[in-house]
Parts: sequence; structure tokens; C-alpha cells
Amino acid sequence: MTPRTAARLWALQRLSAAYLAIAVLVHLATIIYAIHGGLSSAEILGRTQGNLAWLLFYASFVVAVALHMPIGLRNVLSEHLGWRGRSLDLAMLAVALVVLGLGAQAVLGVFL
Amino acid sequence: MSQTLQVDVWRGGADGHYQTFEVPHREHQTVLDVVTYIQRELDPSLSYRYACRVGMCGSCAMSVNGKARWTCRTHVKRVVEHGRLRLAPLDNLPRIKDLATDMAPFFDKIGQARGTFVPTRTRHDPFAAIAPDSPARASIDEAIECIGCGVCYASCDTVAWNPDYLGPAALNRAWTLMQDSRDAAHAERLLAVAGDAGCHACHTHMSCTERCPKQLSPTASIAGLKRLALGAALKGEL
Repeated sequence: MTPRTAARLWALQRLSAAYLAIAVLVHLATIIYAIHGGLSSAEILGRTQGNLAWLLFYASFVVAVALHMPIGLRNVLSEHLGWRGRSLDLAMLAVALVVLGLGAQAVLGVFL
Repeated sequence: MSQTLQVDVWRGGADGHYQTFEVPHREHQTVLDVVTYIQRELDPSLSYRYACRVGMCGSCAMSVNGKARWTCRTHVKRVVEHGRLRLAPLDNLPRIKDLATDMAPFFDKIGQARGTFVPTRTRHDPFAAIAPDSPARASIDEAIECIGCGVCYASCDTVAWNPDYLGPAALNRAWTLMQDSRDAAHAERLLAVAGDAGCHACHTHMSCTERCPKQLSPTASIAGLKRLALGAALKGEL
């Protein structure tokens, strides 16, 4: 990995962490509100379907996770299993795409 | 204070074992005094390193009861546990014999991090004037006091996990030169320290900062390098 990529990945992980620190709190508060308020599935979908604000929030949440997690996982695998090089980079790219795909599916599932 | 110390000392190389010695416990005794007593009075075949005995040369570092320390300035009474000391060579470095490690990987990495000053002037030019209170100079006031003892390197989790990682001392040295306006190799050095095994590999565990006998903060130096690398990457200069 080039120094430039290393620096950019490092910055991306920090930026996504800063965003997730806030987004996770909003996400948890939403869950607690939905459960304690006794909202039914239909009521939840009624609020999320077609709601552009929720779409943007959760889409950005998913993008941040898809950036943040594979970069960290790459370090963990590299340091603890000794896995390095291009195969690791490609595997982490695949992990990022899977997370992105699953997340997008979930977000669109409550928006459409 | 008990009259004697039980001192377990690592003997041999990588496949060695601990040997226990009984050493008189004295007031104001340092760990280096203990090791020297063993070599002079009990077993002259014991190998270990020291030179200055006053915390300047950085050659006497060892693992004392599991933590890397400079032994010449470590008083026994501060570290002894139930009358016992356990002495081993520094972690994260190849063991040569007894308490002596091969420091070559440690110093090689200072070289890899471009830890050598590259002058911009010759001896025929006038002296460079650097204001002591200029921000760049003030930012390295502490970092330049590194004595190269290897305590930080032996204490670093990231070095243990990734043997390619340059380590706190090499990155600290690189940081001091990156802030030195007389140096001509800033771009090359930033490239050398910004790779996968460079400053970005630091997890900010701060073991180096906690254990540094000179109470320096390599963590802060590494953070400085991260900032420089990010700035350069954003400008397309990395």
C-alpha cells in the first residue's frame, strides 16, 4: 500500500468514526423510542416509507460503516493473523461491498 | 527491608531459562547495581550492557518484573515485589545471551524512518538561526531528548504484532527532523514513515509514553507525523 493510500484510509477511518459516534446515538435513541412507544411494524414503516430524511440518515450510516469497519478489520487481521498484501486488500474490499449491499437492502426495505 | 533479594535472571538466548541468585539488599540500590553484583560476585559469565550509569547512554534497558526500564536509574525499592526481581532482556528484540538483546532491528528502523539529518547548508555557510521559541522548534523540545534506550520499542504492542512497524523511537526521531528547518529530506522522510508499517499503524495505546524513562511522548510525535502525512496526502504531495 502506498503512503498516500495509508494516509487516506487512516483519515477515512477517523472521519467515519466521528460521524458514527453521533449516528449510533441517534440510531439507538430511535430504537428505544420505537420500542418504548410501542410502535407496530406498520406504524414504523408508515414513518420511514418515502421519508427522505430517514433515507439520507441511514444511507450515510451504512456508507460510514462500510468504510470504517473493513479498514479496522484489515488492521486486526494483519496484526493478529499476519495476513498482509493484495489478497487482504481485496478481501477487505469484498467485505466493504457486502456490508454496503446488505445495508442498502435494509435501508431501501424500510424506505420503498 | 529484607536483607536479601531473590533475583531471577534470564540465562541463554531465545531458548533460555531463569536462574535465581541471592543478592544483598542495600539502601539506594539500583537494578543495575544488582546485575553488576551478580556478574562480579556470583557469576562472571553473565552478559548484560551498560555504559554511563547515569541515564544518558540508553544501553542498560531490560525487562524488570515484566516492564521495560532503564536499570541504572531504577531503584530496587520502587520495583521489588515480595523481595523478588525478575530480569529479562528487552521484549520485541532478538535475544543474544542473558540480558543482552540484538539492538540492530531497533537502530535499523531509525535508518528506515530516515532518521539521519540531511543538511541544507555546508560548513562554508553561516550558522542557521533558529528561534528557540518558534513553533516548530518548541514542538520538539522534548522529543529531541530521546536517548535511544529501546524501552518504548520493547513496550509497544504494535511492534509485537507487526514486526515491520517502525516503532515509537524511529518515528519520534523522524518527527524531530520533520520539524527541523535545516533538514533537506522532509519529503523523502514523510514517504518513509507514512506507509503501512509507519505512523498510521500506531494504535495510540501509549505504552511508549507511559514507559519512556525520559518521560517523552512518542505518541505525540507519531500524531504529529499523522497530521503531516494527512496534510501532504490532501495536497497530493505524498
